[in-house]
Amino acid sequence: MTVTQLTFYIFSSVILLSALMVISARNPVHSVLFLILAFLNAAGIFVILHAEFLAMILIIVYVGAVAVLFLFVVMMLDIKTTIEKSNILQYMPIGLFIGFVFIAELVIVLINTKLELSNMQILSNPLNKFAELSNTKAIGSVLYTDYILHFQLAGVILLIAMIGSIVLTLRERSGVKRQSVSEQLSRSSKIDLVDVKSKEGIDIK
Amino acid sequence: MFNLIQSNFFDLILIIFYCILIFIPLLLGVVLALYADRKIWAAVQKRRGPNVVGPYGLFQVPADGLKFIFKEIILPDGSDKTVFLIAPIITLALSIAAWAVVPVQAGVVLSNINVGILYIFAISSLGVYGILMAGWSSNSKYPFFGALRSAAQMVSYEVSIGFVIVTVLMCVGSLNLTEIVMAQKTVWFFIPLFPMFIVFFISALAETNRPPFDLPEAESELVAGYQTEYSGMPFVLFMFGEYINILLMCAMTTILFLGGWLPPLDIFPLNAIPGFIWFILKVTLVFYMFAMVKAFVPRYRYDQLMRLGWKVFLPLSLVAVIITSSILFFFELAPGM
Repeated sequence: MTVTQLTFYIFSSVILLSALMVISARNPVHSVLFLILAFLNAAGIFVILHAEFLAMILIIVYVGAVAVLFLFVVMMLDIKTTIEKSNILQYMPIGLFIGFVFIAELVIVLINTKLELSNMQILSNPLNKFAELSNTKAIGSVLYTDYILHFQLAGVILLIAMIGSIVLTLRERSGVKRQSVSEQLSRSSKIDLVDVKSKEGIDIK
Repeated sequence: MFNLIQSNFFDLILIIFYCILIFIPLLLGVVLALYADRKIWAAVQKRRGPNVVGPYGLFQVPADGLKFIFKEIILPDGSDKTVFLIAPIITLALSIAAWAVVPVQAGVVLSNINVGILYIFAISSLGVYGILMAGWSSNSKYPFFGALRSAAQMVSYEVSIGFVIVTVLMCVGSLNLTEIVMAQKTVWFFIPLFPMFIVFFISALAETNRPPFDLPEAESELVAGYQTEYSGMPFVLFMFGEYINILLMCAMTTILFLGGWLPPLDIFPLNAIPGFIWFILKVTLVFYMFAMVKAFVPRYRYDQLMRLGWKVFLPLSLVAVIITSSILFFFELAPGM
């Protein structure tokens, strides 16, 4: 066993355990915290695969932004922490079904793959033309040339989702006092800068 | 398993040695930073600041630390005790972990990874969890408010910090911190990218919850924010984590805009001084600015803070990304063109 293998087993066992805790923890906030732990260890596995750019992006986007908002919402909701046992059994069939679909898809992909999965070098760098580049450059050079259309499309979809959620939650409230900074700064007659002499003071009109 | 440890025993010792090598100077730096912070603050207000313990009051901070260590650790009754105790540990561990990639001189860096700047950005974006966990697990109103404020604030300002970093990266063409410094051989980036330097500095203040953006611990409204229920050792861990983060932001400003370990002019008496001294001097200068801002500027209101982040800095940094990339492309200045 090498150090790489050892770290892989540590990371993956922590992922599995924390994923288990996500669905079995009684407190929803604990679930989210375990989810974050799973994300972090997934990033660790990316690092082992020499995909350090993906690892960092995973942490920045999922852990640093998405999961924070997750945690934010779950903390605010104040959900009752006790979940009935029967409740879990109720969702068991559909959960098992989704799990089965995932495993089936993974097996199909792995059977039909043309890559040599036992070779670490090929796994971390399947396309030969990027052997020389760092993986940040490799991703950039593919993403913005061959797949620019898909990339832009994803951006537009996200933009639409953002505008949609803003439109859905936007409401005009009456009686709210808002500060307009430019208006405040541009009023001229109301502010006076006065040099106050020592021991004399000024009269306030 | 045993064989593995045996065959890598030397590496293991080396890793532990490196950890100590990061931690000891940081500990010293934090003690000095705390002292400097209080002294500068006092000087602005015409006070003396710490001046009793040791020469010039230099031992005030270690004395305070010792006092905290011997205090009782109070665990609030209704708190989530595991999360409550993990939170300060996470804060401190993350703030130290980020220093692993900071180069203090050419080649003097613990881990010279390709995605150094992304690593620091990722680790500092994790810092919010310590605060969120502390605020939630305290099971008390003020810490909870503090944590919510802090989360919203840090997420908001991270966006503009990200765009500022992108403008710098476009000028460098690499995510490696050493290469970012070496790209500033001719001109330090704070000259061509001056507006971004200002945006980064102010966002760094907000990101580290420093005054005038210390709303998560605004004592006039929230007692002490997310730290309210903490005492003794866990409180010290928070304090240390916070100051190490501040030093990290100072180091980031130095690396991204002030030319890292490079001397101001590449002429004889200046370039004979070793790089890490320049680095420390620049970090000190940035920290001095941090301390002065704390002393001068009154605290922002929360809506003003959010307005500054989303309505001023975000558009400004987005426009800067577009303008910088256009200029680099048009004049063919971009690296690799």
